[in-house]
Formats: sequence, structure tokens, C-alpha cells
Amino acid sequence: MISTFGSDRCPTSRTTATDYGLETEMERPTWAPPGIDISVPSVSRIYDYYLGGSHNFEVDRQAARRAMEFMPGLPKIMQANRAFMRRAVRHAVAQGVTQFLDIGSGIPTFGNVHEVARAASPDARVVYVDHDPVAVAHSRAVLEGDTQTGVVSADLRKPQDILTAAEVERLLDFDRPVALLLVAVLHFLEDADDPYGAVAELRDALPPGSLLVLTHASYEGMPLSEEVASGTVGVYRDIRNPLVMRTREEVARFFDGFELVDPGVVSMPNWQPGGLADPQDGDMPEDPYAFSGYGGVGRKA
Amino acid sequence: MRSTAAVPSGTPTPKDAEPVQGGPSRVPHPCPQAAPHSGLDDRIARFATIWGRAIFPFTATSLTRPEFEQHLVPLTRTLAEALHARPFDAAVAQQVGAELVTVHCTDPEALAGTLGVVESYLVLYCGPDGVGVEGAEEYRSRCARLQHQIAAGFARALRERTLREQEAIARSALTARIDAQQALHASEERFRAVFEGAAIGIGIADLEGNVLEVNDALLQMFGGMGGHVRGRNISEWGHPDDAPQVWRMYGELVRGERESYRVEKPYYRHDGTVLWTNLTVSLLRDTEGRPQYQLALMEDTTERRLLNLRLRYEATHDALTGLPNRTLFFERLEKALSGGGTRFGLCYLDLDGFKAVNDSLGHSAGDRLLVEVADRLQSCATGPGEVVARLGGDEFVALTTGPDTQEKVTELAVRILSALSAPIRIEGRELSVRGSIGIVEGPAGERTPAEVLRSADITMYRAKAAGGSRFEFADAEADARAITRHGLTNALPAALERGEFFIEYQPLVHMHDGTVRGAEALVRWEHPQYGVLGPDRFIPLAERTGLIVPLGRWVLEESVRQARTWQREHGGSPLRVNVNLSPTQLHHPGLVADTVAVLENAGLAPGALCLEVTESALIGADDDLLEPLRRLADLGVDIALDDFGTGYSNLANLRRLPVSVLKLDRSFTKGMQQQPANPVDVKIVEGIVALAHSLELAVTVEGVETGAQAAQLRALGCDTAQGWYYARPGAPDRIHALTLADAIPTPG
Repeated sequence: MISTFGSDRCPTSRTTATDYGLETEMERPTWAPPGIDISVPSVSRIYDYYLGGSHNFEVDRQAARRAMEFMPGLPKIMQANRAFMRRAVRHAVAQGVTQFLDIGSGIPTFGNVHEVARAASPDARVVYVDHDPVAVAHSRAVLEGDTQTGVVSADLRKPQDILTAAEVERLLDFDRPVALLLVAVLHFLEDADDPYGAVAELRDALPPGSLLVLTHASYEGMPLSEEVASGTVGVYRDIRNPLVMRTREEVARFFDGFELVDPGVVSMPNWQPGGLADPQDGDMPEDPYAFSGYGGVGRKA
Repeated sequence: MRSTAAVPSGTPTPKDAEPVQGGPSRVPHPCPQAAPHSGLDDRIARFATIWGRAIFPFTATSLTRPEFEQHLVPLTRTLAEALHARPFDAAVAQQVGAELVTVHCTDPEALAGTLGVVESYLVLYCGPDGVGVEGAEEYRSRCARLQHQIAAGFARALRERTLREQEAIARSALTARIDAQQALHASEERFRAVFEGAAIGIGIADLEGNVLEVNDALLQMFGGMGGHVRGRNISEWGHPDDAPQVWRMYGELVRGERESYRVEKPYYRHDGTVLWTNLTVSLLRDTEGRPQYQLALMEDTTERRLLNLRLRYEATHDALTGLPNRTLFFERLEKALSGGGTRFGLCYLDLDGFKAVNDSLGHSAGDRLLVEVADRLQSCATGPGEVVARLGGDEFVALTTGPDTQEKVTELAVRILSALSAPIRIEGRELSVRGSIGIVEGPAGERTPAEVLRSADITMYRAKAAGGSRFEFADAEADARAITRHGLTNALPAALERGEFFIEYQPLVHMHDGTVRGAEALVRWEHPQYGVLGPDRFIPLAERTGLIVPLGRWVLEESVRQARTWQREHGGSPLRVNVNLSPTQLHHPGLVADTVAVLENAGLAPGALCLEVTESALIGADDDLLEPLRRLADLGVDIALDDFGTGYSNLANLRRLPVSVLKLDRSFTKGMQQQPANPVDVKIVEGIVALAHSLELAVTVEGVETGAQAAQLRALGCDTAQGWYYARPGAPDRIHALTLADAIPTPG
């Protein structure tokens, strides 16, 4: 579920207008897609690798292994993300929210939002948004023929592109509450990208009763020193997808304009743990890596 | 702190099983006594719990552990049934291995853990109750074979899934790439369309200036394929009219010191013609920010520029002669006057008698004359800093600048007059053209163009008044006079409306008996600023502006009414009134009718009115001009020939004129003021009087100032006299008083 945001970090993307007969650098117009280069690691395929999938290439696996040298428990963090998202989606459906806008959806794998949501409510509608063209192409292939889901190629840094996308308009009714999922994606937006502004713009488009489901990476809660963990941050920087660690306070600020659902912004396993309330399980706690970073759910008044 | 996820962090503690410690290789050892006594479903569930705890840490599932364990229950049941099946079929266990992959237990440790749990607990929990050692062996063997098949099923499913996912992601990457290429292609198609279809010229060159690519619009600007644009170097496109900064900015751009520049730039086309453009050049950098190419956007402004030049030319040149017009001349003059330390000289030329050419030969002949004059003027002012312009009508100016304009401007004026001296041949006629020139010369920086031109204009009029065909230099005093004159001229119409004019009357005395015979009406202007002005100050101005007609009519009306008043009050022999007629009034078609109407309105007999006409106004007068005077004379109005003797009179002509009185100019009487009188003057006056009387004309003398003069003139036979000796001009009631006193001469 880690998105591919950041595979194209230049503020103004450039493309090569080769058919002018020469290599002319020109400002890439909005209608031109970014180039596809699978020799560059993709965070969505790295994520798939962490989750045991094979939707990845050697470059992705090399980057993932390097990151795991510093932080061997990365897969557990991803799993905690998935588990948190699953509980949050179920919570949304329980609240009567059956429309989902999942931004930074990445490579579809098991336990996707639409599977979880539809298990709880058969008429749930889901729009997946990512800006990694491979992830988008794969999502479209997987979801082909599913009329209740849609896939949008757009960038979180341009919320209007998302809100005005045809699939969003086709599937989501903004007169009724929508669950906005920003799971493991905001930590790929640097402050210069104005992530708070992007979230606020999306929030303003949502009707009352809508939910914000959010997880974010943080040095806090990690069973490692910040020094060691920063090695992983360096790996992401090297693949030009900087990972921005934020504090709990900074993460909580994304919920401006929302009322936090209990228990607030907490380590992911601590958010409405559900099945683990079984006293039998007291002797088998979560993997310590699962407590890295924060998750929370907010409700728009 | 635990630092690895590879070690299970917790152990299942079923009440009937020993705690699981360590990794999958160390499988849990549940209490053997507990299992057999439970029902099979319960034991299957317990097995699934043990299994789940062993492998949950190695799954990537998002399910909770209890949920996950629920998935293991049917798999446990499959294994339990396979353990007991007759005949025994171990291959069933492959499904179990495959199902682990399905629930995302793809980590090899999940398989190891599974095999360990099956090895340790399957027979214990799911095996038969109370079998012997031999039977137990059989179940252990079956359990081992089931494990082999689980491993095989797991491996096959994982391999298939891996291949499937690899293929899926590869296909997605390919799809994405194709999509991107198509979108890029479409985008480039659009760019290409913009490039090719743009009305603006677009060209791309490398940093050495080699033209790499140009679009069609640019090619067309340079004359199409024959324009030889491609492959050229930008440095070849210098043009003499390039703005000085163009090539400096070009250098800065290719060195990366400047992002763009915008200029108006001319180019030579291959055929030598000039292309004018609005040019914008931008620097294109590569992704690392290094200068890479230069992009030129060009707009063809040639036609617009030509049009602008033409409009500018038309706005600044006289259409008839092609000379600079007033606008352009003002610009030049302004420039000449703004330069410090230099001098200027200006000749203001007005043709003498041009109106006559226009009136007699027509405007087209007049125009041709002006064109010829313009050509000649042009040839007079060819030096550096010299310019000739036509200000309008027949007014031209020539300007010279430099350090020594005092000499140059005189030479220029001489050249102009000399150039005009040769007759101009138009429509078979030789026209001699003359002109009057007003010259203003002086240092720059002291006067505005308007002031200089006005001074030159005034001076030109002075030259014209002095007889024309000459030049005069401006001087401040003359200018001041002219400026006053100008002010008076402008004030005249309002003065008439506001009643600022009044009339004084100077008695005309009968020389034989000294009785007042009448009076000459003399108009005055009570100017609010300058006081009382005599007719010599404003009548010429009124003549020039045409105001003389209404002013003259007003004087006539006033005088006639006054004469009638005298008549009524005086009784007896009527007092006559003399009123001056200006040349313009003489030409006015309403003269006879107006005069008759005035007389009738006032009820005055025509014989009580004498109109005075100057001799010069009648020189060369033809019958057309004399006709109105004849008609007035026929009606009984006396006509006096004023200022007689000043204008080369053709004495023989006197007979033709309908005059009854000669007014001898005061210059003749001046010589009689002293005693003895100038004998020549005496002879002349005597002769004139004899001549006049022989033609039955009365003689009036003006300017009589002494008694001796009066006696002398009386002796010579003059009929009527006027002058300070008798009375100065005065208010009308003074005439009345004089008449009552019966013309006793009063000392002036």
C-alpha cells in the first residue's frame, strides 16, 4: 500500500521531444505522461516485495534488501499497515461509509480495500489512485470488468486532478460520506510539496461524515535507534523517493478539520485492535516493528 | 529489545499443549494425554491453533491471527482425513501446501513451520485412538508422506504464483510503457502540429549558432525553400540596422548568462530584400541545467513596419510637394533648439501674390507653382543640418543649424530669393514668383519652436509690408509691435460688439466765408487696455480681417444719423458729413444698397453725404469697380478723392472718376505753414486747383494749422478746409456749437 509517489521528484517534469529531430528539452505538458523506466526502483513494487509478492523486479528487490539491512522488520511494518487499513475499512463500513477513495494504492495485492469493503458491504465502491504508471496499468488489469471499482492515474500533489477525474465522478457520490485513504503515502511528500495543503484541499471536497484513514512513517515507536533507521531513509533518498519521517504531532496535524475516532493517532496495532482482544493472545504480542509509525481515523463534522 | 521478526515473538499456550518455544524447527509438544479424549472437531481446531501460532509470524496476511487460524481448520481436516483414508492417498496433501500459498504464507519459514507442526502433532491430535506399535508406525509413515506432498504442493503453487505475478507485472510494465509511448507520441504529434502549423516562425539552433530545425512559417518568412535557412549559422545574419545590444545579448544567451531576449531585428533574405521581425530568443537547458539549444520565435513585421513607415511619412510630409510638413518641421526645429551651444537660422518664406495666381489661373496651376517652388527651395538647402518644409498654403520654411548660422542663414535667404527669381513656366505662361522672407537667427536653447516661428512669421510680414521680394531679420521691437497688432486684431470683433468704437467729427470749413460746411467722421477705439486708438492703429487690421465691412457700416450709420440730428437741430443749410470708405468696402457688393438703406433709414438726403475714397484705392480702377461709385454719385452722394497727390495720379484719368471733390494731401499744405510759403508748393497747389476747377471739382485742403496757411490757401482758390486752425476732431455737439457760432475761426 505504500504508494509510488515520488518516482518523479522534479517539480517540473521534462520530457524529450525527440521527434523534432533533435534532443530538445521541453517543458512536459500536463497531457504527456512521465516516462516508464523499470530500471529505476519503484516504491510500490518494493512494497509488494515486502509483502511476499512477486510483482517486482530485481532493482526493486535490491533496494528492498538494502533497506531491510537497516530495518529488517520492514515487512512487519507493511503488514501492520495492511492490518490497520483492513480494520479501518471495516470501521468505515460499520459507520455506513461504503465509498472509498484510496490514494497511493500501489500494486494490488491480497486484502485490497475493495475486497475488504465488499466483504462487509457488497455494494461498496472504490477508486484507486496512483501515479506510478506500472501500478496503474496493473490495477486496471486486475480490476478489469469490475464496474464498482475504478483506477485513476493522478498525483496527490494535484488534488484537483484527482477530484475531477472521470472515474471519481463516475463512482463516487460526494453528497454522501466518502472514506479517504491516505495509507503510507503522505511520508513520500516533502514539506515543499505542501502535503498539508493537499489533504486540506481533499478534505474540503468531502461531505460531512466522511472519514480520513491515514498512516504515516515515523522514527517514533521504532525498535531501532534513529541513526540506524536513517539508513533506510537514505535508501529511499537514493532511489529518489525521499521518505519523510514525521512526529506524532505532525501526523496529527493532517487531521485538522476532522474529529479523531478513538483511540486517536496511535501506533497502528493499537488502533482498535479487535481480534487481539482475545485474552488467550496476551502471551503473543505483535511484532515490535508493527509499532513503528502512526495510524488514525478522523471523521469530518 | 528484540530486533528480528525471524523469531516468533510469542508461543501458543493451549491448555492441553505445551508452550511453543523457538522457531518452527522446534515444534510444540502438546500434552499427549489431552488429545485423545476430545472429540475430533475439537482436536482439529486445537491443531489449527497450534499451526497458526507457528506460522502466523511468517505470513504477510492482513487477517488477525484468529481469523487466519480459521483458514487452517479445513486444511487440518483434509490432513486428518488423509491420515485415515483407505486406500491411503498422500497426494491430497498437495492441496494443503497450495492453500498455504493462497493465504499468503509464501515465506519458506511458513512451510518449515507447517511441516514441523504436522510432524509433531498430526498423528497425536488426529491419529486413531488406541492403536498398537505397528499401527503407530503406519501412521507415522503416512504422516511423513503427507509432509512430502505438502512441501511439493507448496513449492508448485509458489512457483506458479511467482511466475504468474512476474508475468503480470511484466505485462503491466509493458502496458504502461506502451500507454506512455502512445501518450508521448500523441503529445509529440500535438507539439509537431503546433510547430508546423504555427503562424509564428520557430527555429532551433545549437549554441554555436548552427540552425538545426526551422518550421514552415519561418522558412516562408525567409522566402521558402530558396531562402537557404537550414544549415546556416546565426552569425551570418547580421544587419546594419541591428540594435547595438542585439549581439551582446546573443553572446550572453549562448554563454548561459541570460535566459532570453526580445528585439526587433532585420534580416537580409537570400534575394537581398529585408525581413523585419519581432524576435524572441530563449535558452534551452538540459535536465542538469546546462545550456543546450537556443529557441527563436519570430514574427514577421515587415509589412507592418512598412505601413508604419508610410503612415509616419504621410503624417510628417506634405502630400503635394513631398516636403516635410509642419509636424516634422516642428520636431526638427525642436531638436535644433534643444541642442546647447549651437545656433540656428530660420527663413520663413511667403510667396508674394500667390493668391492672384490661384484666383486667375486656378488651383491646379497654383499647385504646380507650389511644387516647382518646393523643388527650388529643396535645392537651396542641401547642406548638413539644413531642411526645408512647407507649413501650409504658400508658406515655406528653411532651417539651418550649426555654429555659424548668422552667415549661413543670410546666404540661404539670398539663395532662396535668387532661386525664385527665374520665372516659372506653367500652362505656357511665364510666371515670375516673388517671396518675402522673415529670418530668425540665434543661439539654441532660448526659445520654443512656436516662439521662433511666430517671430519669423511677423518678420516675414514686415518684409512683405516693406514691398516684398526681400528678407528682413527679426528684431524684438518689431515683434512686440506686431504682437500688439496681433492682439488688437483678435480683439476687434468683440470691441465692435461691446460698443468700444466711437466717432469724432472734424469740421469742414467753407474758405470764403468761414462757415462750417460739414464734418469728417473719424472713428476711434476706446481700448480698455491701450486707451483711445486712432484709425491708423486698427483700420489696416480691420481691412485685413474683413471686419472693416461691419465696422464701416456702423460708422456710416452713426455718421448719417448724426448728420440728420444736426439737420433737425440746426435747421437752415444742412451740415454735410464725410465718411471714409476703405478699399475693401469699395469692393463689397452691398455698398450701394447698404448706403441707400442707411440714408433712407435716417431720412437724410444723399446730398448731405460725402464718401471719401483714397486715390490709391482707385489707381487702375476699372469700370466694374467704379460702377457702384457712379451709381452713388448719380443718387446725389458726393464722392471725394482723399489724399490726392500721393499716388502718382493719372490726371487724365480724373475725368473718368465719378468724383466731385479733391482732398489735397496735407503734404502740399505743409510748405505753406511758414512765411513766406514754399513757392513750389504754391505753384503745385495753384495748378491742381486750376485743374480741379476746370473739371468742375471742388478742392478741400487738410492740415490747415495757421492763419497764414489759411489765407494763402484761400487766395489760391481752395474751396473747403479742415485742420487744427479751425477745429480739432471732437464730439458731435461741438460741431453744433461751432455752427451756431457761425464758424468763427478758433485758434487750434
